[in-house]
Amino acid sequence: MAADELSGVFAALADPTRRAILARLAEGEATVNELAAPFPMSLQAVSKHLKVLERAGLIARGRDAQWRPCRLVPAALRGVAEWAEQYRRLWEERYEHLDDYLHELKESSDEPGK
Amino acid sequence: MSQASSGALTVTTPSDREIVLTRVFDAPRELVFRAHSACEHIRRWWGRGNPLDCEMDFRPGGTYRYVEHDPDGNDYAFRGEYREIVAPERIVRTFEYEGMPGHVSVETLVLTEDDGKTTLTTTALFESVEDRDGMLNSGMEAGAKQSLDHLAEFLATMT
Repeated sequence: MAADELSGVFAALADPTRRAILARLAEGEATVNELAAPFPMSLQAVSKHLKVLERAGLIARGRDAQWRPCRLVPAALRGVAEWAEQYRRLWEERYEHLDDYLHELKESSDEPGK
Repeated sequence: MSQASSGALTVTTPSDREIVLTRVFDAPRELVFRAHSACEHIRRWWGRGNPLDCEMDFRPGGTYRYVEHDPDGNDYAFRGEYREIVAPERIVRTFEYEGMPGHVSVETLVLTEDDGKTTLTTTALFESVEDRDGMLNSGMEAGAKQSLDHLAEFLATMT
């Protein structure tokens, strides 16, 4: 995934309403009305959120103008999870090297005459 | 093995603008602190085995800059300023990846010692939710483990 696409995904995920929508869609496809039901906001406001999610590639919508169920596109989230895992691995590696180095420091400070 | 008693890295997101990394080291905190306090030490671990250029002036108001050279010939540069240093328990510094200039976070490192082991807690505070999310929000911890079967749970951890 290109860095710019990833930025779009992160920006889309930065909003709690959009995350809640994605969580709902993880259970199966839904219409705008169904998605809007839990939120104290207008259908238009929910539609705006859906557009952001669609542009980020996180959801796809049916063709039919009247009945446009939304569904999750898992590939985009996989990109985020992979990126996140890279970050985590970076720190794990760094700290593993620090473990080794601390071990070395401990041994040298145990040496007599230090 | 000395590593056996060291803990796993945990990552949490306690607020919109923070990320917290926690890790236990099998060493007294004086040593863990020292490992952060000078280039001769930083060079040995921060680059994860990659060569690291290091400049640092370890005092409040002093600056640092690290450049990591990866095996493919890429350079990654990081810089910042020390705001607070309390040996051997606390370091506050700014952090900026030069590849994303202008996105400065503030890192607070807190070291506590118990029975000869040190817990290092690093809290990164970002200027905005977007900066943090750009850095990792997105269920960094959860995302690593969750398969798509658990996507709903994964998303719930991000709120």
